[in-house]
Amino acid sequence: MISVRNVNKSFGKQQVLFDVSADFEPGRINLIIGQSGQGKSVLAKSMVGLHEVDSGQILFDQRDFTTMEKSERSEIRQEIGMLFQGGALFDSMTVEENIKFPLSMFTKMTKKEMQDRVDFCLDRVNLQGRNALYPSECSGGMQKRVGIARAIAMNPKYLFCDEPNSGLDPKTAIVIDSLIRDITYEYGITTIVITHDMNSVMEIGDKVIFIHQGKKWWEGDRHSIITTDNPEIEAFVFASEFMKKIRVSLKAHNS
Amino acid sequence: MKYIRNIGAYFIMLFWVIRKPKKMSIFWNMFMNEVQFIGINSIPIVALMSTFMGAVISLQTASNMDSPLLPAYTVGYITQSSIILEFSPTIISLILAGKVGSNIASEIGTMRITEQIDALEIMGVNSINHLMLPKILASVIYFPILIVFSMFLGMFGGFLALVISDLQTTETYILGLRSWFDPYNIFYALTKTVAFGFIIVSVASFYGYYVKGGSLEVGKASTKAVVISSVVILIANFIITKLMLL
Repeated sequence: MISVRNVNKSFGKQQVLFDVSADFEPGRINLIIGQSGQGKSVLAKSMVGLHEVDSGQILFDQRDFTTMEKSERSEIRQEIGMLFQGGALFDSMTVEENIKFPLSMFTKMTKKEMQDRVDFCLDRVNLQGRNALYPSECSGGMQKRVGIARAIAMNPKYLFCDEPNSGLDPKTAIVIDSLIRDITYEYGITTIVITHDMNSVMEIGDKVIFIHQGKKWWEGDRHSIITTDNPEIEAFVFASEFMKKIRVSLKAHNS
Repeated sequence: MKYIRNIGAYFIMLFWVIRKPKKMSIFWNMFMNEVQFIGINSIPIVALMSTFMGAVISLQTASNMDSPLLPAYTVGYITQSSIILEFSPTIISLILAGKVGSNIASEIGTMRITEQIDALEIMGVNSINHLMLPKILASVIYFPILIVFSMFLGMFGGFLALVISDLQTTETYILGLRSWFDPYNIFYALTKTVAFGFIIVSVASFYGYYVKGGSLEVGKASTKAVVISSVVILIANFIITKLMLL
């Protein structure tokens, strides 16, 4: 479990996070949603230590990440997998080398064991035989899948996904969502997904945290987000005409 | 104020660079790649510049040596001194600051804006050490080799220019090259080169690593890296010369 306790974060004079507290449960997909610029990426980056918080605690299974030495953090980070918005694959390396990198850096696996692990991870994301491609030769969806393969290479306990569906067509987005869901349930990973894609919310949102104006505004699941009367959530979820029509038909159906 | 903050950030960065690499096999692979990129790939430009500059130095010297009181071999001596003391270590380093420095700043800056550096950090890798140490060591080891190569080619260029122009005989030129030759000058030149190599790569890495924004900022960081490293090279050149030659 990852717990965030009373986290505050500012950049210069501008405060971005205000006293945010939340629990992210293992074996479930925890979504952080909200409009752009409301602080959800800052929260996620603070949780993995890319930003230092001003105050508060971030606990990885009761281990306080905020007060740790760099070497201790390094150990926890080896338990974290992260899928970045743009993939963040190493340009100079092939798909295989990208996945192999954390294994060769942090494990004492033999070459054969590493190769088996790479093949397993590629197989898991349906990219068998694409080992020799460079990131520039991969489509956006493939890059995301390679990113997932790299993130799960070290058998992570915690998986962070920063807008995994941005820039993808709806069909590929569903493939990525399914992958994240299957991996989370299969390995009991604590998965945190930052998104503003409502389709993802409805597909995989076991737990949903809505961040608004740097505060945790609402918490629930994918079913309750449709029925809540919270005005900010309504404004976010039902922003488009299409979603408004769904809202009307849902209300009609419920009544 | 901003400059002072940058200087502080630069030295903090160096503190993280000088660490034992996490995995020697990965470090070795990266080091060899950097030797290829910084060293081997720079040979053509160094060869071209050195040969032509050596030729021009010898021709200009010969054209100004019209006094009968000066022996003919003075041309070779002045060419040798100019190339060893200043042209090869300083001018070639300034050229490499443009070629290698801008490339390193762009490479690391692109890694920053595409979150590749964040990916390294999240894996638990000391990204500063991982990215910069191989580059710095490759430059500190390989720059002196490039500069020795440049010295030879510079003097060879001078020889070609003088002999082709029929201004001097081979014997006179070689006599000039060997006159008052002081091996300490080579030591001085290579010491400068090591310092310049370190400056070029560390300054370029600094500007690349701390870039914020998008591709436009990467371009600006690359330009800034070349300008600042060139200025620092000139200042370091003055200080090292004062310390070692006077």
